Amino acid sequence: MTNIAAAASPSAETAAALPTRLAKGFVGRLVIIIPYLWLLFFFLVPFIIVFKISLSQTAISMPPYTPVLDFSEGVSGFFAGFSALNFDNYTWLTQDALYFNAYVTSLIIAAISTLLTLIVGYPIAYGMARAPATVRPTLLMLVILPFWTSFLIRVYAWIGILKPEGLLNQVLLSLHLISQPLVILNTYTAIFIGIVYSYLPFMVLPLYSSLEKMDYSLIEAAQDLGCPPIGAFWKITFPLSLPGVIAGCLLVFIPAVGEFVIPDLLGGSQTLMIGKTLWNEFFANRDWPVSSAVAVILLLVLTVPIMFFQQAQARAQEQGK
Amino acid sequence: MNTTWSRFNISSIVLGFAFLYLPIVLLIVFSFNESKLVTVWGGFSTKWYVSLFHNQGLMDATWVTARVGVISATVATVLGTLAAITLTRYTRFKGRVLFSGMVFAPLVMPEVITGLSLLLLFVAVGLDRGFFTVTLAHITFTMCFVAVVVQSRLVSFDRSLEEAAMDLGAPPVKTFFQITLPVIMPAIISGWMLAFTLSLDDLVIASFTSGPGATTLPMKIYSQVRLGVTPEINAACTILIAVVAVGVIIASIANKRREVQRQRDEQAAQRG
Repeated sequence: MTNIAAAASPSAETAAALPTRLAKGFVGRLVIIIPYLWLLFFFLVPFIIVFKISLSQTAISMPPYTPVLDFSEGVSGFFAGFSALNFDNYTWLTQDALYFNAYVTSLIIAAISTLLTLIVGYPIAYGMARAPATVRPTLLMLVILPFWTSFLIRVYAWIGILKPEGLLNQVLLSLHLISQPLVILNTYTAIFIGIVYSYLPFMVLPLYSSLEKMDYSLIEAAQDLGCPPIGAFWKITFPLSLPGVIAGCLLVFIPAVGEFVIPDLLGGSQTLMIGKTLWNEFFANRDWPVSSAVAVILLLVLTVPIMFFQQAQARAQEQGK
Repeated sequence: MNTTWSRFNISSIVLGFAFLYLPIVLLIVFSFNESKLVTVWGGFSTKWYVSLFHNQGLMDATWVTARVGVISATVATVLGTLAAITLTRYTRFKGRVLFSGMVFAPLVMPEVITGLSLLLLFVAVGLDRGFFTVTLAHITFTMCFVAVVVQSRLVSFDRSLEEAAMDLGAPPVKTFFQITLPVIMPAIISGWMLAFTLSLDDLVIASFTSGPGATTLPMKIYSQVRLGVTPEINAACTILIAVVAVGVIIASIANKRREVQRQRDEQAAQRG
């Protein structure tokens, strides 16, 4: 087979020729255009609409806002619309301390739980990477499996465990470790537990893939030269696993900032997170412009970590080749 | 390589997996609880499963969810595969950076933002909220996950197979369907399954984009959970877990078989 290919043409030339031959054809163009248009229309355009509505006024109608920048009135109408733009929703966000607190609390909660997930996930990933090669696929499967079960169900399972008359308190009381039930449900502690639990596979998988590739003779060499195990870990293992650490932390941190289900079910009404605030603005207060403004700011806050994430993805893709 | 599986490594794995699985196991155990109190064991019973099947609202929601899942996963798999091919094969075209951005960003985008923005799009273009809009929303966010899964297979794909086919005179489209597609099929199947389960799972995006008459199962479960934990919901969750677990197990067995078959074919080809 290789002989025929080599005889017919040098393979480097064909490798370069294939995409161009495909791309020049009608079918090749369709391959790019269909998903491109879909994502433009259903991913990018909606953000522009969110931005537009965040600049409009709340109205008691359906939809509950007065439109601005209406393209149906032509170019002059479009420019006239600029004067009608109003930043009231953003001013409103800065005036009410509730929103500012919600953003800051969300970032802090996400940061702390990302760190906790890293601390919980690292030993698991490390143990998996050092497991016998025959066991590793099974272990990998076992980490991925909970990810397939519903997020909502996994969060719901914790309500029965954490509530005052729940299973955790029953066990602790019967062991006489505590004399009064712990109050965990409806506190920030419950949110931390929920995020660590739900996002653990997202942390373990990238960590595992970078730890598995590591050359462990480096550690043996360090230890032979008299480096204590903990020193060897911080000087060799951890720096080499850094790409996995970064990828895992971003995969946990970014969605955790805007998390809704966990703070809503486990955090109760006393806890404050921006995803919940946005949900309430939209569904309880029916204030579409303000919830759009909340979304725009949340997106701006997350732009930097999302760009980091994309660079990490692109780099991983390059290395894969 | 000499792998030392120390006591520390084993115990961290055991503890980690206990943490991952114990809540799910407890949830399943208490779905068979006789008592209405979820956390007090009152004996074995399957009565909550029986009452589940008489709950018309829940059954309707299950039907809606299944249809949305199958349709959205199928369309998302086609679009996601095309996106994956674009990402790995066309390294130079105008707007490639924007395209890869649009593929990767939804993976980490908070669901509240995706849900809100899609809803505002549907309102802007005048689509009535319901079954159709939920399906469109699910296609959009799950296709990116399919793209990532298929892309990882395409990256490690042996391009000389395609070159050989085209050198022997097969046109690009035929080469794709006869060589490339069969090789990346396992990734496409797991992409479909991932898209289906993500759609089955989704509460936030469905809540924003759904309308009257198109209540999905997670929306139904969520509205009942807010009223309190009941064994009936535990039973519903257990069925959902069982369906997904059986699906994943069947898929992995099928994958393994195909792998064994392929190795046998390759050996036969080398011998012949």
